[in-house]
Amino acid sequence: MPRKNEEKIATEKNRWLQKTVRPGLNELPERLPAFTTVSNLAIDDPLSTPADVVDLEYGKDLGFPGEYPYTRGIYPTMYRSRLWTIREFAGYGTAEQTNRRFTYLLKKGTTGLSVAFDLPTLMGYDSDHPLAEGEVGRCGVAVDSLWDMESLFKGIPLDRITTSMTINAPAAVLFAMYIALARKRKIPLSQLGGTIQNDILKEYIAQKEWIYPPKPSLRLITDTIAYCVTHLPKWHPISISGYHIREAGSSAVQELAFTLVDGLTYVDACIRAGMKIDEFAGRLSFFFNSHNDFFEEIAKFRAARRIWAREIRKRYRPKDAQSVQMRFHTQTAGCSLTAQQPHSNIVRTTIQALAAVLGGTQSLHTNSMDETLSLPTERAVTIALRTQQIIAHESGVANSIDPLGGSYFVEALTNRIENEVYAYFKKIDDLGGMVEAIGQGYPQREIAQSARWYQQAVENKEKIVVGMNEFTETEEPIEVLKIGPEVEKQQVRALRERKKTRNRKRWEASLNKLKQAAASDENLMPFLIEAVTAYATVGEICGVLKEVFGEYKEPALF
Amino acid sequence: MPKLEKRKIRVLLAKAGLDGHDRGIKIIAMALRDAGMEVIYLGLRRTPEEIVNAALDEDVDCIGVSLLSGAHNVLFSKIASLMKKKGLTNTFLFGGGIIPEDDIVRLKKKGVAEIFTPGAETEAIVRFIEGAIAKRRSTRERPF
Repeated sequence: MPRKNEEKIATEKNRWLQKTVRPGLNELPERLPAFTTVSNLAIDDPLSTPADVVDLEYGKDLGFPGEYPYTRGIYPTMYRSRLWTIREFAGYGTAEQTNRRFTYLLKKGTTGLSVAFDLPTLMGYDSDHPLAEGEVGRCGVAVDSLWDMESLFKGIPLDRITTSMTINAPAAVLFAMYIALARKRKIPLSQLGGTIQNDILKEYIAQKEWIYPPKPSLRLITDTIAYCVTHLPKWHPISISGYHIREAGSSAVQELAFTLVDGLTYVDACIRAGMKIDEFAGRLSFFFNSHNDFFEEIAKFRAARRIWAREIRKRYRPKDAQSVQMRFHTQTAGCSLTAQQPHSNIVRTTIQALAAVLGGTQSLHTNSMDETLSLPTERAVTIALRTQQIIAHESGVANSIDPLGGSYFVEALTNRIENEVYAYFKKIDDLGGMVEAIGQGYPQREIAQSARWYQQAVENKEKIVVGMNEFTETEEPIEVLKIGPEVEKQQVRALRERKKTRNRKRWEASLNKLKQAAASDENLMPFLIEAVTAYATVGEICGVLKEVFGEYKEPALF
Repeated sequence: MPKLEKRKIRVLLAKAGLDGHDRGIKIIAMALRDAGMEVIYLGLRRTPEEIVNAALDEDVDCIGVSLLSGAHNVLFSKIASLMKKKGLTNTFLFGGGIIPEDDIVRLKKKGVAEIFTPGAETEAIVRFIEGAIAKRRSTRERPF
């Protein structure tokens, strides 16, 4: 029996600790009183052995790449056939400015586009709304109407590139614009590939860019998913995101647990909306953070695939293998970067990107070194892009599939993360599900407590951040990207001019029909596509929907 | 010298601008509370008018505004000038966020007492508030 062998190893390890390790500790004690991950997960054991993974069954728990439970990767050949998509998140100023950045990135070898919208767009306001003052084009590109979308993708072949759009509360509106643009260019919708983030639950939990209350928000999401099932089979209608949860300060376990529960909540909503599991589950996608703690991140990605596959299989009994495969995008951790000695951020990002690749990501964004200071300069973004290319082509890590699989430490850590995630599943179940838990402020509080712990750990130097609380020095500021106030003036002027040229009848009728449809239970996508084609703006459309759906209000707790 | 009975420091915290990054302000709210201050947190996306009116209603010693959207030049200036307009001369304004050095210089001239940027320690913020209030109270000798 193999178990006997492992018992023997456990006994031997004890002997090793007593006889070999302990005597030396008097002379050379351990560096720290306690070892923990960046998420405060205790790493007490100095060495992992087969005894730590005694219950691991290869076939049941790991399997082969491209086969259930997908712990080792969702594709049979992984990066040996096709590398991950290099997808740099970009957007600033006007649509014309961002179009130039997109073109630049494509020329440098990026393989997918990813749109960052400005805050007024993310909140469903037009650039001339009073609350948009000072915000236009600052954190992303300003898009008010289909006119901006046309400029944004000018000269870019929508049928040959995939586009990811980070947009949530107004996701259906921006998606409708992309569809309207493809139609104008006579590109069949079935050829469009890409992703809309469209994940409202993590907005309530962490990112906080919401508009409507949960129920109508979930309806907008199931409408977009149902529309894709019929018309855009290559599109990912949602990207269930842990990234922002982690950026808000959560631990790795919380990031994974809350994201998976969000995912299961969306699956339930689709089933309730009348869809069959195999129609849509294969099109769901995920989005995770990759932080500094190398092995914790790798274990998190591996656990993510295994839990998702098991839960979808157990709960919904799909027939299609694709339905249980978790595909995900990764972004390196913005919150790990320091404003001090920003060049060191290149190294942090490299470590994080390597963890994402060893964790089997399908696409990757590497942050630029200057992103704690401003949106990235062209120079900084090029280094970020080159980081991925070096990992892909020089490091050799893409030669073998899941090369860390079988590491006693990584497998044991994968199991531990899985167990802790299940403990959160139970807590959220006990609260009545994720929507209820959010209403009670549960995930928000858990995240804020983790964030506080980390801040205290940094302030009392339990956690060292190079250049910030140790190895500090004074230095010259680096060049940063500046977005002037003229962008806002230009955008507002263009918006007002263009509004005058619309076909007023068609515009008005489209908004009226949208309002009626919103009050019924019809799929809203065709109405949204008609409204954006009539050049109704993001603000006008979201305004109409607000009249029917109402607005979400968050209790301000800390 | 009569001994003045000191009231607790009252701080109004708010997020201005459209961004939802409340990790920092929540940590600061907890740290100020733990340092013995009374913290009133208004939450996200408060307009300059809402912030200044709340400061009047709540009779606070200082206003802390967090903003990571890039709209700091517009919004901090508005808050500072509204404070003057409404006679909030005994209350000071401080802020935090991703704010470039030359903008900080400009905002300080417009009446923002201090701006904290990424990497600032909560201890430093506590010390700053306590120091600024001690200075004001000693010059004013306002009995509570």
